Amino acid sequence: MQFRRRHSAFAIAREALRHHEGWQRTWEDRPLRRKYDAIIVGAGGHGLATAYFLGKNHGLRNVAILEKGWLGGGNTGRNTTIIRSNYLQDPSAAIYEKARSLYETMSQDLNYNVMFSPRGVIMLAQTHHEMRGYQRTAHANALQGVETQWISPQKVKELCPIINLDGPRYPVLGGLWQPRGGTARHDAVAWGYARACSDMGMDVIQQCEVTGIRSSNGQVMGLETSKGPVDCDKLGIVVAGHSGVLAEQAGFRLPVESVALQALVSEPIKPCMDVVIMANTVHGYMSQSDKGEMVIGGGADGYNNYNQRGSFHHIEETVRALVETFPMVSRLKMLRQWGGIVDMTGDRSPIISKTPLGNCFINCGWGTGGFKAIPGSGWAMAELMAKGGSPLADPFSLDRFREGRFIDESVAAGVAH
Amino acid sequence: MLILTCPYCGVRAEETELAPGGEAHLKRVDPEGSPEALEEYLFHRANPKGVHFERWRHAYGCGKWFLAARDTVSMEVFGTYPAQISEPPQELIDTIRARRPGWEPV
Repeated sequence: MQFRRRHSAFAIAREALRHHEGWQRTWEDRPLRRKYDAIIVGAGGHGLATAYFLGKNHGLRNVAILEKGWLGGGNTGRNTTIIRSNYLQDPSAAIYEKARSLYETMSQDLNYNVMFSPRGVIMLAQTHHEMRGYQRTAHANALQGVETQWISPQKVKELCPIINLDGPRYPVLGGLWQPRGGTARHDAVAWGYARACSDMGMDVIQQCEVTGIRSSNGQVMGLETSKGPVDCDKLGIVVAGHSGVLAEQAGFRLPVESVALQALVSEPIKPCMDVVIMANTVHGYMSQSDKGEMVIGGGADGYNNYNQRGSFHHIEETVRALVETFPMVSRLKMLRQWGGIVDMTGDRSPIISKTPLGNCFINCGWGTGGFKAIPGSGWAMAELMAKGGSPLADPFSLDRFREGRFIDESVAAGVAH
Repeated sequence: MLILTCPYCGVRAEETELAPGGEAHLKRVDPEGSPEALEEYLFHRANPKGVHFERWRHAYGCGKWFLAARDTVSMEVFGTYPAQISEPPQELIDTIRARRPGWEPV
């Protein structure tokens, strides 16, 4: 393990005086070894967080994190960076609130600035059904210890002056306000975790695709990868949209279908909006990044696909909804559009579970809302892998589908996350 | 833009005219079926990266359900066929085999 300088104000001053030549690699580029105590497939936020907490909370440091493409290049780099925990069901509120609270101290914990900005999240109610739904969620959150509040249209206008309350189709009737929600820099979350994992002696291996899973007597023995075979005692599959592909290699099926979810950003403009607004009825959500771009979340395709692009008509629907809600955006040009492959389960809640293979665990099904859950998901998955059970993860086991213990968040969360 | 030809009315319909309906050829579990079989039928879904058979409805056209074979990565459509059969027609399977050497129906 190599000595690594910490990031600090002093480090910036020191480097400013010597032409910035002393900055080190964020994480080490090490070769794949033959054997690990645990392998995590997928170096996105969830996979890296799992490895981080395996090392930090459970002392398991002989760990490799394998990534098919580049680190954080999947959904971790493709989301709209919204963090909130205003869910209806107790198991969801518990894991998302754990994640949100871990985001608060993440920059200090990782010694890496993830730019967590608790600017507040408003979910607009634009029908009477939605109004009653969010009032119910606000009461549920009060019992769960999650700070949210039902607010009036006037308060919405006060928090977000650019909003149009009296839209022609769906006037704003109020909102569910979570002041401690917000955004963070998504790439920094992956980079920060990768740096911390690398510091603990873990191997972060990029461009290493898993091509097969070797098992015998119901136990995983090792993996075939594009960089050669590797053995492991425990395997964690944390690959989001490609979970179905890995499960097929491991020989089991999942209640998961993969679809493309889109997002887009506008040209940068002066600061005009310092909260995150989600409008689920008309389906659009928006926040302003620190660069000034309006970050816009679009719709998910209704059919399976693996192209990281998405359908054109969803952009039209999203932009139409936003022009109605925020008339000033009608003159903005859009700069970039992209898609990520999200894994949707039947009840729209994630799976953090043991699998039919004894020492293989899976973390998937975060669907359209995984970014906000990264630290909580990693915390729970690491505990599950290390101890065989976790209070945060247990309700999200695979057998809930057979047993009918759904965690039905489609009402609370809808499509927008 | 995804374009599918409706096998009933022959219209080349783009996706805003269609409603997706999930995996094709699911076999309903019989009343005596095991909990595992019921779970399989209700929740487990094929999620291939490549050739996929799925249901569609010509929602803003003739309104009928039909089936399609499509590549989930390239979005290439191999063909569509009526929904009244329990497995894909041989002709379509031959077409897919010709375009995707090495592919075999599950």
